[in-house]
Amino acid sequence: MAQFRLPKNSKIKPGKTYSSADGANNKKTFRVYRWDPDSGENPRIDSYEIDLDKCGPMVLDALIYIKNEIDPTLAFRRSCREGICGSCAMNVAGTNTLACINDIADVKGDVKVYPLPHLEVSKDLIPDLEHFYAQYASIKPWIQTHTPPPPDSERLQSKQERNALDGLYECILCACCSTACPSYWWNSDRYLGPAILLQAYRWIVDSRDENTGERLDDLEDPFKLYRCHTIMNCTNTCPKNLNPAKSIAEIKKLLVARTM
Amino acid sequence: MAKVERPLSPHLQIYKPQLTSVMSIIHRGTGVFLSLGALLLCFWLLAVAAGPTIYAEMFKHLTAWYGILLLILFVFSLFYHLCNGIRHLFWDAGLGLELKATYQSGYLVVMASLLMTFITCWLGMCSVGGAA
Repeated sequence: MAQFRLPKNSKIKPGKTYSSADGANNKKTFRVYRWDPDSGENPRIDSYEIDLDKCGPMVLDALIYIKNEIDPTLAFRRSCREGICGSCAMNVAGTNTLACINDIADVKGDVKVYPLPHLEVSKDLIPDLEHFYAQYASIKPWIQTHTPPPPDSERLQSKQERNALDGLYECILCACCSTACPSYWWNSDRYLGPAILLQAYRWIVDSRDENTGERLDDLEDPFKLYRCHTIMNCTNTCPKNLNPAKSIAEIKKLLVARTM
Repeated sequence: MAKVERPLSPHLQIYKPQLTSVMSIIHRGTGVFLSLGALLLCFWLLAVAAGPTIYAEMFKHLTAWYGILLLILFVFSLFYHLCNGIRHLFWDAGLGLELKATYQSGYLVVMASLLMTFITCWLGMCSVGGAA
């Protein structure tokens, strides 16, 4: 049964307020989720008022500014700062996104920053993605073959076969879509979620893969696949503008098609 | 080090309501409401079968303000669930899953179900003779 309310240890308490923007005329307040595993206390929201003229344009720039200049205890993941690594996936202003490509100017009022929804928090904005990665491994994300490759070349694809992977291979597994999905919130123990199903579809439609039947068998399950109710929050939030909902619909179509 | 009990990050509490999720939960809500409405329909038929005095009693409740409100909600649920159900059929066929199309069909479903509710209720009111 879905648990709609937060457990007792997860209820959010008010936190501290910091200001480093006295006298600045381009101020913005960031309200950031904090949880310190060493304190034993409940999570809290800390407010940081910063001078936007002193930091870069993106939400990640502001977080880095806060960590460097105001509060070095703030913890978050980041790496590429250009939307290709997926490390800084978090919930900004109510929707999941990559902080590094989320323009502060697009957010009206205070910028609320939370970790990705409905995951165990390791610290501050860092959620535990172990289970997500284990689900990814479960779909065997590599080419499986029975026949030997051609003796004189790689396994080749036509341009058309290669085009089938467009809109799929770009997925960076940031988990924004899966953690935007209410169905994944309530059923993530057994439902694979949009990101992993998009990845599964990526291998199903790969012309070089020879295990399509087994892949489909594995997904034909009331929970793994069919907990998708086409809510479409996944497609709505994908920071790479991909369409996981469409991939899931295509898998469902393939499962119907092969019985006819 | 003792294992710390980690908190669960907030979800429903903080996620922004949007057309996609709101229409989905209304679809489910209207589905539940329609099952209750089917029960109401059964009671109405029973009342018809039970004769004029009992039917008159039921009619009194159904034409009171709360009865009218219930019927309007029932009619809206029917049309919303029908229209959005058709939208789901298109999705199941792999059609209209682009984000723009999803928003367009979403607004269309909301407008169509409101319009059909209005027309049905208006016709109903006319045939009862302006009972409200």
